[in-house]
Amino acid sequence: MSAPAYEKVILRNLQDPGYRGTLAEYRARGGYSGLPKALQLQPQEVIDLVKQSGLRGRGGAGFPTGLKWDFVPKDLALTKYVAINGDEGEPGTFKDRQLLEQEPHPIIEGTVITAYAIGAHVAYIYVRGEFVEGAKVFQRALEEAYAAGFLGKNILGSGFDLDFYMHRGAGAYICGEETGLLESLEGKRGQPRLKPPFPAVKGLFGKPTVVNNVETVSNLPPILVGGPEWYAGIGVPPKNTGTRIFSISGHVERPGNYELPLGLPLRELIFEHAGGIRGGRQLKAVIPGGASSPIFTPAHLDVKMDFDSVAAAGSMAGSGGVVVMDETTCLVRVARVIAHFFAHESCGQCTQCREGTAWLHKMLTRIDEGKGRPEDLEVILDVCDNMKGKTICVLSDAAAMPIESYIKHFRDDFEHHIRGGACPTGMA
Amino acid sequence: MGVAPAATPPLAGFRPETREFMAQIVSRYPTRRAGLLPLLSLAQEEHGYLTVEAMEQIAAFLGLSPTEVYETASFYTLLHFRPIGEHLVQVCTNLSCALLGARPVVEHLKQRLGVREGETTADGLFTLETVECIAACGGAPALQVNGRYYERMTPSAADALLDRLAGER
Ligand SMILES: Cc1cc2nc3c(=O)[nH]c(=O)nc-3n(C[C@H](O)[C@H](O)[C@H](O)COP(=O)(O)O)c2cc1C
Repeated sequence: MSAPAYEKVILRNLQDPGYRGTLAEYRARGGYSGLPKALQLQPQEVIDLVKQSGLRGRGGAGFPTGLKWDFVPKDLALTKYVAINGDEGEPGTFKDRQLLEQEPHPIIEGTVITAYAIGAHVAYIYVRGEFVEGAKVFQRALEEAYAAGFLGKNILGSGFDLDFYMHRGAGAYICGEETGLLESLEGKRGQPRLKPPFPAVKGLFGKPTVVNNVETVSNLPPILVGGPEWYAGIGVPPKNTGTRIFSISGHVERPGNYELPLGLPLRELIFEHAGGIRGGRQLKAVIPGGASSPIFTPAHLDVKMDFDSVAAAGSMAGSGGVVVMDETTCLVRVARVIAHFFAHESCGQCTQCREGTAWLHKMLTRIDEGKGRPEDLEVILDVCDNMKGKTICVLSDAAAMPIESYIKHFRDDFEHHIRGGACPTGMA
Repeated sequence: MGVAPAATPPLAGFRPETREFMAQIVSRYPTRRAGLLPLLSLAQEEHGYLTVEAMEQIAAFLGLSPTEVYETASFYTLLHFRPIGEHLVQVCTNLSCALLGARPVVEHLKQRLGVREGETTADGLFTLETVECIAACGGAPALQVNGRYYERMTPSAADALLDRLAGER
């Protein structure tokens, strides 16, 4: 049986075998026809149109895109910037890399639309340092776009100018956090800034800045072409519209990126699109939105995969990274891996996060190695509690909440380790 | 016009094309400091790692102190302060890769190369690192060698890859 098919918005062209995402190929399929439509509107009309579409950020927080743009001061004399977030580091997520490597032009077209709407004349894309191929492809695409007049001076005769530069990261998950990204772009350590002020008011080089994710802006050209009503008709209107790319990995038969309308049941994602659990085994747990999101169990299979439904079920839609775990998985090991990640990536400026992530990692390693103590779980939960809502950015919360959820839903795994000293699953 | 004073030109330790590219990069930003990470990456590409001289020259070029440059550079895991092997092998051990057997791949590579994580083989051919998610979860377990992806790794697939890379010399 084949999985149900849905209209694609972002990965549409990639369905053609042999499509390589060059400017010519993109244009042959209607690319760069959203931009002239935007340039014919007033900037405020573009903002209103994006608001009507219901588009929300695909980078993790799901913030309404048009609303974010509207926070930027309208003062024409002010310098403003656009910063595109291509730092994709959320474990379990691999969609932005695919877009950078295979479909770069919608990112450029969407960035020009964004810059026009907020009145920015310089944009940067922050591309994760590890994405060597993605950076190469994207640089070539930028050059093509300049040569064709989609970037630079007087774009398409509109009088609007935009320079768009690629800025490559050098290895640090925290630079995906929007203010860490801005610090890094300014040539500093990627340590997040206290908010407010929000970037829309005081961002890059102290100027109003919109930070948007690579996938978010890739939606803009089709929204301009198809109209906001068309886009808002996909998914679960009015607040969870459109499609998103779910990166599905782990113990499934067909891991990969799946662009699907918002609001499909988690069950359909795993069992129809990703082919079900490998080897016919039983499902044990699912991370629904990247490593920062609290875990789901088989009892959550009917949760609809949109921002608000996932949040109502106690987790977050996050980056769209769905990690599937079968019955052979030990949640103690999962917790140790995730704790290691956050301890490694904590930027160190807030005590609660720096110390909390380090302690979580130490204690979970101890339990995983069979040296846990009966009181450990309560200490871990107490540490988690002290890490939430107390720091400059939410990396600390993102480290604590998943660990709490593993203990809540899979306490047996932890207690078994502590009592028996060995792993019942024997995970390698 | 008189003869220019015999001072070392800025960025003297870099190839002329690199120097020119560095100047061009700095012009993309309203502050010179914003050019720091791209310049450090270029320096590393040219010399294999960040030498003290390279960091000092970049500091002078951007109007920063060498300490500011080092302090910033040390935040970033892709920047190296010591020579590394010809092939930098970075094995992802984050969740999706761990679920599908990254650990056995790492243990095998450590044995085969006779190094611990973070170390370079005596012949300078390989440096082995374990890294966090590299956005290749769909092809887990995955690794990168000098930025190139290799997916669905097993101990024997990793062996074959290393044999090939060692043979390319
Ligand atoms: C620790 C942390 C890491 C993040 N990493 C990324 C990332 O790699 N890519 C991304 O687009 N957003 C990331 N975000 C979210 C950004 O802060 C920001 O919300 C997003 O880039 C805004 O774009 P959007 O509104 O289009 O989603 C991260 C947030 C946090 C707290």
